[in-house]
Parts: sequence; structure tokens; C-alpha cells
Amino acid sequence: MSGTDEGGRVVTNAGAPAGAPRMVLAEGVHKRFGRLEVLKGIDLHVDRGEVMCVIGPSGSGKSTFLRCINHLEQINSGRLWVDGVLVGYRQRGDKLYELREADIAQQRLQVGMVFQHFNLFPHMTALGNIVEAPLRVKREPKKEVFDRARALLERVGLSGKEDAYPSQLSGGQQQRVAIARALAMRPKLMLFDEPTSALDPELVGEVLDVMRDLARDGMTMVVVTHEMGFAREVGDQLVFMDGGVVVEAGRPREVLADPQHERTRSFLSKVL
Amino acid sequence: MVIIGVLVAMLINSVVNNTAFHWDTVGKYLFDRRLSAAALVTLELTVLAMFFGVLLGVILAMMRLSPNPILSSVAWVYLWVFRGTPVYTQLVFWGLISVIYPSFGLGIPFGPEFVSFQTQQVITFFVAAVIGLSLNESAYMAEIVRAGILSVSEGQTEAASALGMRRQQIMRRIVLPQAMRVIIPPTGNEVISMLKTTSLVVAVPLTTDLYSKSREIALSLFQPVPLLICAAIWYLAITSVLMVGQYYVERHFARGSQRELPPTPFQKVRRWFGGQRGQGQRAVPPMPLGGGGGERAGAGGG
Repeated sequence: MSGTDEGGRVVTNAGAPAGAPRMVLAEGVHKRFGRLEVLKGIDLHVDRGEVMCVIGPSGSGKSTFLRCINHLEQINSGRLWVDGVLVGYRQRGDKLYELREADIAQQRLQVGMVFQHFNLFPHMTALGNIVEAPLRVKREPKKEVFDRARALLERVGLSGKEDAYPSQLSGGQQQRVAIARALAMRPKLMLFDEPTSALDPELVGEVLDVMRDLARDGMTMVVVTHEMGFAREVGDQLVFMDGGVVVEAGRPREVLADPQHERTRSFLSKVL
Repeated sequence: MVIIGVLVAMLINSVVNNTAFHWDTVGKYLFDRRLSAAALVTLELTVLAMFFGVLLGVILAMMRLSPNPILSSVAWVYLWVFRGTPVYTQLVFWGLISVIYPSFGLGIPFGPEFVSFQTQQVITFFVAAVIGLSLNESAYMAEIVRAGILSVSEGQTEAASALGMRRQQIMRRIVLPQAMRVIIPPTGNEVISMLKTTSLVVAVPLTTDLYSKSREIALSLFQPVPLLICAAIWYLAITSVLMVGQYYVERHFARGSQRELPPTPFQKVRRWFGGQRGQGQRAVPPMPLGGGGGERAGAGGG
């Protein structure tokens, strides 16, 4: 059983030792768009330092689930915690109350997100994109932020591109800037929503390299992807979703080599 | 081509040689002190009305897009009233405001007043004209700004919220700067249109603007046509200056949308002369953009 203290922090939760909550914990997460039920009860967890890859056909709800983790989508029932804190809601008694905008924004500081279409701010340079949130949201000292931003650009292999606008960069470069932008907030969890799906095949590698480095450095990551090679090599967990439910989850090598469900088998046979 | 040329020549001939135009009078009064002072009043009206019109327009646009049903319906009703009635009628109304409300004051609603003003002293005809023009303009600007805001992709707002930015911050730092590219061209239209709409302030009645003043002089001379031409030349001159201003504002907000900004006409002229001297060399070599070869491919997704 799990209980919460005043701040909504989970004191203990099922299966996790007290004081060390899981990084992501989902219990019976449901999400509807109008009458369409997109998530039909998702139970998942990601531990600190783990990389979870989520695969599945389009419309399976995998991106929606990812967006629920930082409350870009509101969940209709169930519970979702990030590092022991209930996402987007405050629990009082049995009832959940949605948090105010400021509190939701505050929670999102902990979680970085990378989008399929990069979503860089086109009117700002690469450096401008990276420093925007640390300066304006966290109000960190200017020099520190700019130094960190330059270091991050170097880390993703883009030193020298500080003053380039997104339209002057290739897709792969834009996505790497987007990763640097998310990392500049020093998140404890990174969410990737099909980060390589909009890229030319020859540019996929450079983005995956950056993600691989990130995983090696111990970042906790949830990655919605179609890159089976990446999932096999980097993932600690592989989750196959279809029709709004988790069909199968396990170690990537085992799931990929020996899927237990017919649905997983037919999906993998088409993409591998 | 020949026919057009002949027609143009005939037109010019008729304009130049027709004595009804009184070109000598035009020359005499074009730089008349009274007219240039009136042109300044017209310019003041335009700038002030546009300033408050844009300000209020942005607020109205954000109200209309707000998830709060009260805010959005208030904005809708405002637009309905101010777009649905002629600006001339509105100007007459604001001219009469001191008749409708002879005095107004600050105090507790339905309670005692602390300070009170005579409406006629505070709301002069000039102020009434600015109020009337601004309120009318804001209704149009609201729709222009709203179109601009809607033109910015949802992904921008999402990325900014994922970084922990708040609604207002997202609007100010992310959405509006990008919306500007869509907002500015029609706003340029509005400025030029406003310049000419100021000639309606006679409805207030304010009679110090360019059109009223030229009418006044014309009536005293019994020569309506040349003064009309004087006024037209002033309007044209101000419009031209505004158009140049718009060009540079548009350029400023095009940042990041094009890989390289096109040269200004001024730069083109300089480059052309520079190129002549440079003998085959390009005066300004194009900036190399992007790293290695062919790297720009796939940038379309953003």
C-alpha cells in the first residue's frame, strides 16, 4: 500500500523500499480523448538510472503515455508518480485535485522532453534555445548558464554552432540541440518521443549516439522508438504496447528474441 | 504598350494643362505652416490610435483565446460592437461623451467618490478622437493578433511548457515573437488605413487634422481642388515613410525564418556599385551556413 504526506510525496509505494521511490511509477493509468479510450490501464515502473524503451504500432498509446508523465496530457484515472511525487494532481482523502499551473510548471522542471519534430524555437539561435529556460524559468546566474550551454553543445558535438538558427541546421543537428536544451534544466528524467522518426536515415546515428552517451552516464530515460537496435543495446526494459495496454514487457533481448504474445510476434516480424 | 503609353501621356497632359487644378496654388500652399502643423496632428492621431489599438488588440486576442469562458465572451461582444458599427458613428459618440456623462470620478463602486472630473476638461476633442479611433482599431487588431497566435504551431507551446514555462511567459517569449511575422503585414495595412481614417475625426468634431485644415483653407480661397491635392500629397508622403518603416520591422522579425536575410534596397545599391569596382568579385561573399556538405537535408520537420 502507499500513503502520501502533505506535499503529495509518496512515503512508501508497493514494491519499492521506503525512501527510494521509483523514478516513474504508473498504476492503472487511463486516458480518454472524448469517447476514444487511448490508455486502458497502464501499470509500469522505471527505476533510477534505467532506460525503458516503448515500442508498438501507431495509435497504440505509447506517445500519449509518455506525454502523461509530464502532464502534457491529463490522465482520467489511475495514478502516476515521478520520483515519488504525484504528477499533476494533489491527493486529499480519496479525491484528486488538479494542481495549479504554477505547480505543474514546477514539476516539469524535473523532467526533460525531446519531441519527434524537435520543436526548437525558430526565432532563437542554438545557444538562445538552450539558455532560455534556465535563465527565464529557473533564473540562474547568466554566466553559469551560458558556460553550461556551451559545454552541452560541445557534449552533443555541436560546438561552433552557437549562433546558428534552427533553420540553418540539419534535422540531426536540431535534435541534438533539442536534447541539449532539455539537459540544460538538469532533469532527473528524460522523455524521448520518437526522437529519430523525422530524420533522414543517415542522420539517425548521430542522435542515437548522444542518447547512448546519456544512458551510459546514468540518466533515467523513457524512449518511445522504432529503433530496435538501440532498444536491444541500451534498454533495460522493453515494453510493447498495443491498443492502449501493455502487451508485453521484459528485458529487450528476451522480448525481441522470444516474444511471448502472438501480437508482439506479428509486430516484430514486420519491423525487424 | 503603345496604347498604354498614349493613354498615360493624354492623362498627364490633361492634368498638367487643366487650369482647374491650379498648380500654382498647390505649390504655394503645399508647405504652408498651417498644413504642415495639421499633418503633424494627423500623424499624432495615427501613432497614438495605433499604439493603444495594438495594445488593446493584443489583450483582446489573448482574452478570446483564453480557456476562461467569461474572458472570451467579453472579448467576443466587444468585437461584435466595435466592428459592427461605423467608425464615424463611434467618433460622434465619443464627441458627445461629455453630454452623456458630464462628470466622472474615482471612488467606491456605488459608494462615495474621492475625486471627480469634469468630462469636458479631461476628454478634449483630441482625446475623444484618439479614444474613438483606438477602440475601433483594437477590434480589428485583435483578429489580426489572434490569427498570428494561431499560426504558431502547437509544438512550440508544448516544448515551452515541457521546459516549465508558464502560459504568460510562453506567450511573451515564444509565441508572440513568432506570430509577429504574420501580424506585421496586415498591421502595416492598418497603420496606413488609420492615417486616412483620421480624416473622419471631423465627426467628433476635431478640425485640426490635415483633411479638415485643407478644407478650411480651400473654403477661404474658394479653390477646393488644389488644397485637396496638397492634402493628398501629404498623405502620400507620410504613407511612403510608414511603408519604409514596415519593411525594416518585417526584416527584424524574419530572424531565423530564412537562412540568409535578403539585402535591403540600400545594400543592393551599395553591393551593385561595390561589384562594379570589384571587377567580377562578389562584394559580399555569402555566409557559409551549416557544417559539412548536404547537412541541411531533413530540416523540414521543424
